[in-house]
Amino acid sequence: MNDLLQLGITEILESLRAREFSAEELTRAYLERIDDTEAKVHAYLSVLEDEALSAARAADAKIGAGDHGSPLLGVPVAVKDLLCMKGTKTTCASRFLENFEAPYDATVVARLKDAGAVILGKLNMDEFAMGSSCEQSAFGPTHNPWNLKTIPGGSSGGSAAAVASRSCVVSLGSDTGGSIRQPAACCGVVGMKPTYGRISRYGLIAFASSLDQIGPFAKNVRDAAILLGAVSGHDSRDSTSADEPVPDYTKNLGAGVRGLKIGIPEEYFIEGMDPEVEAAIQKAIAVFEEQGAEILEISLPNTEYALPVYYILAPAEASSNLARYDGVRFGLRKQGDSTFGSLFGMYAASRENGFGDEVKRRIMLGTYALSSGYYDAYYTKAQKVRTLICQDFKAAFEEVDVVLSATAPTPAFEIGERLDDPISMYLSDILTIPCNLAGLPGISQPCGFTSRGLPIGLQLVGKPFAENTILQAAAAFESATTHNEALPPL
Amino acid sequence: MAYETVIGLEVHAQLNTESKIFCGSSAAFGGGANEYTCTVDLGLPGVLPVLNREVVESTLRLGLAVGAEVAPVCRFARKHYFYPDLPKGYQISQYEEPICTGGRVHFATKDGRDVSINLTRIHMEEDAGKLIHGDELGDPNHSYSDLNRAGVPLLEIVSEPELRNPEDAESYMRKLRTLVRYLDISDGNMQEGSLRCDANISLRPQGSEKFGEKVEIKNMNSFRNLRRALEHEEKRQREILDSGGVIHQETRLWDESAGVTRGMRSKEYAHDYRYFPDPDLVPLTVDAKWLDEVRAQLPELPDAKSKRFQDEFGLPRYDAEVLTAEKELAAYFDKVVEAAGKEQAKAASNWVMGDVLRLLNERKITIEECPIPPERLARMISLINDGTISGKIAKTVFDQVAESGKDPETIVEEKGLRQITDTSAIESVVEDVIASNPEEVEAYRGGKTKLMGFFVGQAMKATGGKANPKALQEILREKLGS
Repeated sequence: MNDLLQLGITEILESLRAREFSAEELTRAYLERIDDTEAKVHAYLSVLEDEALSAARAADAKIGAGDHGSPLLGVPVAVKDLLCMKGTKTTCASRFLENFEAPYDATVVARLKDAGAVILGKLNMDEFAMGSSCEQSAFGPTHNPWNLKTIPGGSSGGSAAAVASRSCVVSLGSDTGGSIRQPAACCGVVGMKPTYGRISRYGLIAFASSLDQIGPFAKNVRDAAILLGAVSGHDSRDSTSADEPVPDYTKNLGAGVRGLKIGIPEEYFIEGMDPEVEAAIQKAIAVFEEQGAEILEISLPNTEYALPVYYILAPAEASSNLARYDGVRFGLRKQGDSTFGSLFGMYAASRENGFGDEVKRRIMLGTYALSSGYYDAYYTKAQKVRTLICQDFKAAFEEVDVVLSATAPTPAFEIGERLDDPISMYLSDILTIPCNLAGLPGISQPCGFTSRGLPIGLQLVGKPFAENTILQAAAAFESATTHNEALPPL
Repeated sequence: MAYETVIGLEVHAQLNTESKIFCGSSAAFGGGANEYTCTVDLGLPGVLPVLNREVVESTLRLGLAVGAEVAPVCRFARKHYFYPDLPKGYQISQYEEPICTGGRVHFATKDGRDVSINLTRIHMEEDAGKLIHGDELGDPNHSYSDLNRAGVPLLEIVSEPELRNPEDAESYMRKLRTLVRYLDISDGNMQEGSLRCDANISLRPQGSEKFGEKVEIKNMNSFRNLRRALEHEEKRQREILDSGGVIHQETRLWDESAGVTRGMRSKEYAHDYRYFPDPDLVPLTVDAKWLDEVRAQLPELPDAKSKRFQDEFGLPRYDAEVLTAEKELAAYFDKVVEAAGKEQAKAASNWVMGDVLRLLNERKITIEECPIPPERLARMISLINDGTISGKIAKTVFDQVAESGKDPETIVEEKGLRQITDTSAIESVVEDVIASNPEEVEAYRGGKTKLMGFFVGQAMKATGGKANPKALQEILREKLGS
């Protein structure tokens, strides 16, 4: 593998400035890497070679003109294929949007471009971000670089696998119930879901609006912090985006964890947890303690309700968000039979052919939960329990600074293993979902490997807008260990 | 049997904001097909709505004007249904938590009753686009969608079922129009659809507390049609009930040309809109400061204006209501009185309600386009008042001012219309009239006093109508009496 592919953002920026190599050379190295790995990994849905090279040349020109301020100038990145990028296909890994070209840039894409990033392409995912394995992509699954027979996690499986296989420096994904953290754990990389509202959702094709949040994938904490800083901040086009200042997320990375209070929720060591995962977490807790953190046992009593609450609220919002896919203005259109009139025949045929099984399942779940006569029993009740879950965290954060757990109860499973069992698939997110329901920032980082060589992820959850705290803790763990230095055997 | 009619109206007023409710596209009427659209109102994947502050302010203006209770926090909700003019598959509206509840609308009827109708709620929502079917455009087998109107802000104003007859329903609707136009939040044009109305109507036996089964009527695009449709429906329901029939809850369309309501083909299934709070929009907070700012900017409202015209100018109730129905007419009248003096208010009212409105009608123009500026009308009234011209001649002067655009003084001079008040000049005319009509003089003196009109006419004719009528009558009586 080309040595350039091992460099982090800070080293890349320094080297580019020192003219050790050009942004174009770096981009070509990544394009070659994509060529080498894609047949095995299938992380990308589209590779934007021409656009990337021209962005790289533009970056070289800026560097030549003395631009030293852009935080990602010349850095090759890739984004999950639910982020709209003007003039390129944004498919959401769905047949419905197979040929959809967004006429506008998502705010994060515009911010990446402003920061000087070179966007290499669009990454695979579960269709409409609904899934935990990337197997629900209409265009075929992504394979875990650590073991090609296993899933990379999902829904941002492509984003995690691309960073793990070094076919981009960093990437963006989105996390509705764990869709960044769980694949990060499966692929042995760092993945972060920031506080709800931290990053604009404008241009992110919605799954569940009150839960969706964009976030970074990186091979180390520092790169994640830099990417987070580059895309964060208030956006007048997203009413739910927070008008909070964006700090320098790299500032506290070396500050250590001495005196930091880390809570271990008893409810997160669930039945059926893989013993190797549990052991790795216990070891990680010991590392934090050695580093001077104070470890406290805490309780988040409503944790068991998080999964059912999520599977009411997320599908309810999804059933509404996906109503616009009707075949009228864009996307797939099929003429159906006219049992219910030609118009409804078209709606039915377009949606039947355009959506995959999991998407249809969730539209049905959500439609049911919102329907008259069931709304109070499901949707309203779920919202109330969501409030209880938020209160659990609020109470916990009066005692501790960070909540630590495993990211997922098991390592990556085999492709096909859980496809016929949606409930077991849903359980992959049991430890990540509460954080979305409460809108809190969470990060997953590598904390070991199973005996089969599959990565294990550690999750740290912080207070609202305390991204700096969890980044600081994650950086301390990273420097005390070597888990993120291993490379997948590609 | 004697029945009581029960009517409630659900009115949609299109707001006249510059841009749409959730994006920056123009909210203007018209435009080429899909000209006023953007990624947001087209409902493209990934876009998000952002609430237009001006829409909220317009709503608050109406809410304050009708004395509604403004919620400190309200929310938007999604109302789901599939139709090609609804790009997102849901309409963003308000459901459980509207911005305004309660409030009242007052109006006076032609027969002088004061009516006050309670409002249930006022809420904000977005309009849908419109479909153009192929027989009107292009391929007859296709339908085309124009989304210019999609996302244009609407207010839904729901009344309690307190209206008791079709005429009051029309008056209520007219009053809402007056209000939205005073507040400058909508142009209130029913023909263009910027003011729309659905009516719920039911009948119940006189004295009964229980509501009858109601029927919803749609498709009434003028005040007159609203009344006609309700009158027709009232009669239809009465006939059914009288013949022992039963009213079924349904939606009926008003067919203007046939003058009847027709049942819409009922759907096999009832719509389930699956309302839920829109997670893309944060709850809207309206604090006291914002309300105070909006309140401070409210114009004088029609009810207050009407009361002022009655109290300060001594106008009859009827005059005051007519003059305040349109903000612009009231403003015109105010200017006339300001220039002519309060003591001339009734004269001004007569001129405005009479000749000015007639002129506007004849020329099909608005009061703002009136060729006689208020100051000029005021000067003409002053000319009558100081005896320069007679009231009768004034009609001629009015028409000439309208025709020529000149000052009334100029017209009076140019056309020699100044009133003859010089008694010796009038006396000599009277003497001529007496001399040339000996028979009539004899008859008059013989008791046929009705002939006074004849002599006045003759003398007026001789002076070109310019003789001061009062002086003329006095002199005639004096000379004929001898």
